[in-house]
Amino acid sequence: MNGSIMIYLFGWILSFEAVFMLIPAVTALFFQESEGWWFVFTMVICLAVGLPLILRKPTNKVFYIREGCVTVGLSWIVLSAMGSLPFILSGCIPHPIDALFETVSGFTTTGASILSDVEALPKCMLMWRSFTHWIGGMGVLVFLLTLLPLTSGHTMNLMKAESPGPSVGKLVPKVQATAKILYFIYFVLTCVQIVLLLIGGMPLFDTLTTAFGTAGTGGFGIKNDSMAGYSVYLQNVITVFMILFGVNFNFYFFILKKKLHQAAEMEEVRWYLLIILAAILLITWNIRPIFGSILTAFQQAAFQVGSIITTTGFATTDFNLWPQASRTILVMLMFVGACAGSTGGGMKVSRLVILAKTVSKEVHLYLHPNAVKKVKMDKKAVGHDVVRSTNIFFVLYFLLFAFSVLVIAFDDFDLVTNFTAVAATLNNIGPGLELVGPTSNFGMFSPLSKCVLIFDMLAGRLEIFPLFILFFPDTWKKF
Amino acid sequence: MFPIPEDNGIIKSNGSAKIEYISGLLALVPYNIIYSEDNMHIIIVGCGKVGRTLAERLSEENTDLTLIDTDEEKINSAIGEMDVMGIVGNGSSINTLEEAGIDSADILIAVTASDEVNLLCCLIAQKTGRCHTIARVRNPVYSKEIPFIKERLGISMIINPEYAAAQEISRLLRFPSAITIDTFAKGRIELLKFRVKPEFGLDGLSIIQMTDKLHCDILVCVVERNDSVFIPGGSFILRDNDLLSIIASPKMASQFFRKIGLKTNQVKNTMIVGGGKTAYYLASQLLAMNISVKIIEENKERCEQLSELLPKATIIQGDGTDRRLLTEEALAHAESFVTLTDLDEENIFLGLFVKTHTNAKVIAKVNRLSYDEIIDSLDIGSVIYPKYITSDSILQYVRAMKNSIGSNVETLYHILDNRAEALEFAIHDSPVVGIPLSELPLKKNLLLCCINRRGKIWIPRGHDTIEIGDTVVVVTTEKGLNDIRDILK
Repeated sequence: MNGSIMIYLFGWILSFEAVFMLIPAVTALFFQESEGWWFVFTMVICLAVGLPLILRKPTNKVFYIREGCVTVGLSWIVLSAMGSLPFILSGCIPHPIDALFETVSGFTTTGASILSDVEALPKCMLMWRSFTHWIGGMGVLVFLLTLLPLTSGHTMNLMKAESPGPSVGKLVPKVQATAKILYFIYFVLTCVQIVLLLIGGMPLFDTLTTAFGTAGTGGFGIKNDSMAGYSVYLQNVITVFMILFGVNFNFYFFILKKKLHQAAEMEEVRWYLLIILAAILLITWNIRPIFGSILTAFQQAAFQVGSIITTTGFATTDFNLWPQASRTILVMLMFVGACAGSTGGGMKVSRLVILAKTVSKEVHLYLHPNAVKKVKMDKKAVGHDVVRSTNIFFVLYFLLFAFSVLVIAFDDFDLVTNFTAVAATLNNIGPGLELVGPTSNFGMFSPLSKCVLIFDMLAGRLEIFPLFILFFPDTWKKF
Repeated sequence: MFPIPEDNGIIKSNGSAKIEYISGLLALVPYNIIYSEDNMHIIIVGCGKVGRTLAERLSEENTDLTLIDTDEEKINSAIGEMDVMGIVGNGSSINTLEEAGIDSADILIAVTASDEVNLLCCLIAQKTGRCHTIARVRNPVYSKEIPFIKERLGISMIINPEYAAAQEISRLLRFPSAITIDTFAKGRIELLKFRVKPEFGLDGLSIIQMTDKLHCDILVCVVERNDSVFIPGGSFILRDNDLLSIIASPKMASQFFRKIGLKTNQVKNTMIVGGGKTAYYLASQLLAMNISVKIIEENKERCEQLSELLPKATIIQGDGTDRRLLTEEALAHAESFVTLTDLDEENIFLGLFVKTHTNAKVIAKVNRLSYDEIIDSLDIGSVIYPKYITSDSILQYVRAMKNSIGSNVETLYHILDNRAEALEFAIHDSPVVGIPLSELPLKKNLLLCCINRRGKIWIPRGHDTIEIGDTVVVVTTEKGLNDIRDILK
């Protein structure tokens, strides 16, 4: 394995984390909060470790998919560990595992919290929590790629390991240009949302944190009641943007390139919107008696559906109290997740489409044993490798799911709580049902369960393989 | 499964006015700030040996590359190693080409295995986009019609690897002392590579001493010793077994070789093993130069074809690796021996065998193997790499296109597996003009080898200047020089 380039990249990751921490530090300065010094302190540590690593230029710039996965897996762990320092040091979240849970939940854009009273936190801590969503949404290494002078084709292996979806492609021939375009789209969409929220009269601090949370499809709120306290206009803006950030970014790229037809013909996006529409209509009909008016019911249903399918996890109402049919639909949406190539988590719509088509192909083969049939997506045959890795992902996903539910079951909560807690973390959503519903939190779990859930969040964000690989002895062998 | 609804498109396709309106709005987005499309966009169809070599070299030079191949595995392996975009599909289909961005492409290079596909790709590319096209065409039937194809079909460049390889071999046979010969200034200057042997008496001499001793106007521009490449200064000490590349006019070169005691006469006969297309082209070129040719080919039908095509050549049907057959055909009296079979290993072994047993000039063709440094260390004589010959000439074209303004690269050769390059620049208006060379802040590892002014060629000294209208040859270990300005610090 090529250690020198990996160490070099870790150096950059730490330095960038220091730069990211400027934002909460400035927030602290603005609100005159003394906790801001802990960010400065952590920045110094990050730079002290990171800068020497950067200065030693890598001797060998070649790295393969193995190095890509290990680098991505380890950097997310390092990133989260360093990111949790301000929480621990300032005493806002004294227990290290709790702090790590909160930070991982931020970077992986989960939005699951262990805090019962969010409003008690200093503003700078709230800002850091939300900003981790924005960083984690598009990916740290993808961000590095936009700035680092690494021009070889090997950098694709980093992007593959960090970006979600069954098959990661480039938008333009150069990796660096691709990464820049992705961040450009991300940045512009975030800015548009900020402007629209400000127009709706939301205070600047709330606007920024909410926009970061929406863009990364994270879900940390700064209020105990999440988004329930905001006006209908603001809630609707958030609904729309949650859904927009769950769309495959290729869609926006096609629009930028003025290839509107290609954008309109993206099968994944069509299915995604169709699923959202169907879910909203079903839930609206189901919860109509609670809200009285169809319009309010529709608005509430849309917010919750958008929040869950894009794996954001904001809430405007306690959907834990909704009728069983609506609750079930929401749990199912948790597994569907957003589009591949978006900032959302979950299993991804494209994977489900491929799986469904594989099943229909198998049924066809059952009836006509000698038939030859290819799985097609966007009018193109899907390669056998993609189908295979999708199947394996599906299997691994459920093995990990079952294992996690089993472990946290020892805490003796009810099945719905355990099931949805794992679903909400593995799919990077945030709130589940019953004891982990939108008005509650994850604080009651034992430290072991929290560790399992931390692992689930990371595995969910990095789509299992880059994290799993760290635990295979083969990965660390020289030969 | 649910059927996919046919018409739930987000933007209805019939409202074209609407689409135009949206496109108009999008033009306001400062998209170019993020992604400039200044880079040259090149599409390579066919990801075989040549396609791959080309991609490797072009991706180092600030170009946006898109590769197209029908083989998914080839594309995947290319994407894994180079910063390029890969598309699986048929390069002669408009859909695939559009996906590859043919509308914004500058050059399309078609190097698939099939001539017809290559030509079709180029034709379609020209109709759909506004790009230059380069096609590889290897069938001898077409190669006679190249002028027609170029003019009438509008294809910018046709490259025939076998023909180019044959040309290079015949150049070597005309001048057997050199390992490789490249020409500049339309053949008026040559870059020759040869190995220093003890009998030359050059061991221990510095380059200045050597020129004093021999009184020849030649310039040593690259010295390869073991694995390193030097661009030598005047005090550089030569050793036996160094590989020298010198620049000289053909006349000076033969004078130089005579003085150090190397034979320079062209060979009188050639034995060729393997009767493929290259052998055919080579034989017809050699026969035209009155060199007698003997071709050994195993396939009977091919032998008959060859004897029909080349009535003056001797065609032997048999196994070229058979020692007895070679001796019987008077290998001992062969002055040169060229191995052109399809098997690289066989070519190398045959070459080694002949080199140890006779004094013949040996040339071996290596098509596929990528262990260049090992092959070069084997002392076979000359080794011909058709994939480099092809990619070099295409690269030359691409570089020339890249710099349509200012000075540009006229010719380009890579020396020793890509570690050094020799480039010929045509000088237009440029900051280097009119300043004595000794006052130019030249880069390290770079040598100005010769100046060609209106047909007069000399090796420049410190007081010489570069003028508009000259062409100059530069040898350097720096990659990606595009303009004469790039030679300055």
